[in-house]
Amino acid sequence: MQQRTQEITIIGGGLVGLSVALGLLMAGQRVRVLDGADSDARASQGNFGLIWGQGKGWDFAPYANWTMDALTAWPAFAQQLRGLSGIDVALDQPGGYEFFTDPTEFDAFKAELAQQAIHLGKRARYEMLSGDDLRSQMQGIGPDVVGASFSLCDGHVNPLRFLRALRCSVQTMGGHVRLGATVSAIRPQPKGGFALVLADGETLYTEQVVLCAGLGAATLARDLGFNTQVRPQLGELLITEKLGDRLPFLSSTIRQVDEGGVQIGGTKANAGLNDHETLPIMSKLAHHAVTVFPALADVRVVRAWGALRVMSPDGYPVYAKSSMHPGAFLVTCHSGVTLAPLHASVLAEWILNTSATPELEAFDECRFALSHAA
Amino acid sequence: MNVASRFRTLPETGDRVQFTLDGAPASAPAGVTVAAALLAHSGAWTRQTVKGAPRTAYCMMGVCFDCLVEVDGTPNTQACMTLLREGMTVRRQTGLRDLNGGHCG
Amino acid sequence: MAEVDLIIIGAGPAGMSAAAFAARGGLQVLILDEQPHPGGQIYRNVAQNRSKRGFLGQAYAAGTDLVDALDHPHITLLTGATVWRLDKGPQVTWSRGAKSQTTSAAHVLLATGAQERPVPFPGWTLPGVMPAGAAQILMKTAGMLPKDAVLAGSGPLLYLIAAQMIDAGSPPQALVETQTFPQMLSATPHLPRALFGLPTLRKGLSLIAKIRKAAVPRYTAASGFHATTTESGNILFSFRANGRDQRLTCGLLLTHQGVIPGTHITRAAGIEHYWNAAQGAFQPEHDLWGATDQPGLHVAGDGAGIGGAEAAASAGELAGLNILCQSGRLSSDTRNQRAARARAALFRARAIRPFLDAAYPPPTDILAPSDNTIVCRCEEVSAGAIRQAIREGAQGHRQIKTSLRCGMGPCQGRMCDATLRGLLSEGKASQPISPPRARSPIKPIALGELAALSPPQEEPA
Repeated sequence: MQQRTQEITIIGGGLVGLSVALGLLMAGQRVRVLDGADSDARASQGNFGLIWGQGKGWDFAPYANWTMDALTAWPAFAQQLRGLSGIDVALDQPGGYEFFTDPTEFDAFKAELAQQAIHLGKRARYEMLSGDDLRSQMQGIGPDVVGASFSLCDGHVNPLRFLRALRCSVQTMGGHVRLGATVSAIRPQPKGGFALVLADGETLYTEQVVLCAGLGAATLARDLGFNTQVRPQLGELLITEKLGDRLPFLSSTIRQVDEGGVQIGGTKANAGLNDHETLPIMSKLAHHAVTVFPALADVRVVRAWGALRVMSPDGYPVYAKSSMHPGAFLVTCHSGVTLAPLHASVLAEWILNTSATPELEAFDECRFALSHAA
Repeated sequence: MNVASRFRTLPETGDRVQFTLDGAPASAPAGVTVAAALLAHSGAWTRQTVKGAPRTAYCMMGVCFDCLVEVDGTPNTQACMTLLREGMTVRRQTGLRDLNGGHCG
Repeated sequence: MAEVDLIIIGAGPAGMSAAAFAARGGLQVLILDEQPHPGGQIYRNVAQNRSKRGFLGQAYAAGTDLVDALDHPHITLLTGATVWRLDKGPQVTWSRGAKSQTTSAAHVLLATGAQERPVPFPGWTLPGVMPAGAAQILMKTAGMLPKDAVLAGSGPLLYLIAAQMIDAGSPPQALVETQTFPQMLSATPHLPRALFGLPTLRKGLSLIAKIRKAAVPRYTAASGFHATTTESGNILFSFRANGRDQRLTCGLLLTHQGVIPGTHITRAAGIEHYWNAAQGAFQPEHDLWGATDQPGLHVAGDGAGIGGAEAAASAGELAGLNILCQSGRLSSDTRNQRAARARAALFRARAIRPFLDAAYPPPTDILAPSDNTIVCRCEEVSAGAIRQAIREGAQGHRQIKTSLRCGMGPCQGRMCDATLRGLLSEGKASQPISPPRARSPIKPIALGELAALSPPQEEPA
């Protein structure tokens, strides 16, 4: 006997899934979130917590603008989360640096930012600083830093508290988050709706399904007729013991968590599903940190880890509606923190196809089919 | 800091080492760890957590990190894993450590 | 440093014994140990105490032979050396004197021993509350005797420490034991097997006799531990026993609930672990020689499963023989012949364990303490907060860690993992909780020291 519900089911209880769930709940929908096992890849539990626009979408205007929309929406979103969950996600948007020790890389990034500024128009607010400019503005920067960019809108949150705040907010709004519910297959039903087969053998039915399962979406996306192939990209990170005083900067590779620990990261590697931390990268990250800010040298690393970014073929978000199976949606991106305010608001309008639907055509997965054809 | 030591140190012969604790002179038998010297000196806390809770050396084998103190200017040093040396400067810690020689406000 | 055939991590009974056998068989051995002297926790400073501190007893003094055997031209012992990472190869990365380096060898033996099981209850973080084993380390390494102390908990080490304190002229004020009569009764079926370890059993009985003779008050089936500080800095210890609330004021409250394998390094090395239900702890999978599923890695001693010092020395010997065999220096026949003595000794040493494990299990209110108990000492996370996160849906170590930072401090979960498991398992007897992931550095390491390992002129991508 099939039990049909009118709920929208979100597959994936990470930052993306919970943000989408929150948006749908705010729009008055009934929502159920299915989350997998504690041991899943879970990019949401290994990330850096940046709210970052610098350089993003320099060669893809829709992404540059979408990211800028998100940066602008963050303060109100953080307030909303606090109201719903009682949790302060420690939003801090002091502007962010990108430090360089190689002049060629510095010049290349300068060109990218100039290109991005064309897309953003008046909204682009950044400056390029020489090493000496930087050192005169901020004490403690190492002599080997040749320059930095500084963008006024960038910031960060406490990513772990953000995840918890999202989960609590979804629950406060009446969303049902079910953990340990790994979806192993999705079967579109002949008369509409979907059967979700769980790993433990249970089957759930839903009218609409939004796939936000990160790397877990690979086979499920095929079940729904999507062609997007996500791939894992390994990022390695270090976290230090907590400091009582504050680092004088936020950068894309070195940031101090509100609780005091310094996170160091930003590496990229293709290692399949292997998320082990490696000695060469750990020491490179440490080397980078003490090069940028030598006073960090006696601060102890408490833990290193690897986490897998969820990358679409071109690295940009994918927002796709299944043409084959109406009611099925695919949402995937690697900037689940930065884009969360949009995922928790206007993306719901797009899913519900209201009159306020944002223009998201550029993020459809048909772009991959086209590039194949070309 | 007026809590008597919770230990009685055996009257064994041997050299003693002079050190300072929060600026005040103190001494302990040669060859002991900083943690042992502090526990022999007083029964009071040697570290306060972020929330202000008093702590002192606990496991004595390097696993719990409750014995963290500042030794010769290096904060968060494991006292139970550090041998006491002549002339050492030991300071109790309150709250989180700061950057050493850093330039942060 | 010359070419090394075998790196041994930990100079306790297992590591020292393995080193001696491997070196005598012709291998070049490097032993790394964090402490200033060899001996492990059980034989801490044993060589330094040769002619003093006799109250520590004969079983302790016996450890000098193992230390003396390290004096061999093929053995390099480096103390004050902290291993913080293990890579395939195997390759060991370690820190000594604020400098890190990496050493490779065909074989690595992980003999990193045990730690005391955390004993959380309200007040266990106060100065004046300590593990009994920690007080024993102070007796061994500094000649410091607990003053006006109460020993609380259960297990054979509690009796040993009480007896050592009596012999040193500083007897405990009281012995507060948590084991119950039904638990002792349930252990009796294991007694016939325990008779194979008769000397150990006899020693235990003589310890108890010594405690009786010294007229140390004993409470049994105690529960509901709670500690606060008095104005003078003493510990006010309250608990329930004999059907009523009890209160003792003491200078030191020394707790003990047995020991558990320290598995950070074995988990980080990728060795498969399993739950030893009888001992209430995870331990690495290994065969009878200590060989693991990771090429080149052996385990021996309490880090591979709790068996005590004698079992550890025998297991070290077996691992040493097996490594000699794998290195082509012993045929498997010779290895098997020469292993007979160690195997018999290992059997005898382990024979008493099932009895001890059943008679002195950690009590439920220690495994899953009351809401107002701090569980994670580093991040000051209470059992109540953890139960709340479990109600919010957390099902495993990682979700609790990421929700509450429990286990994310400098001890890296060593003081809370066991309790977290207890809380996660509450009311879910059948559901297995996987051990948390252990990541390097296994012990904190300064950024500058880590950076120095980076080849020059390279920057992160």
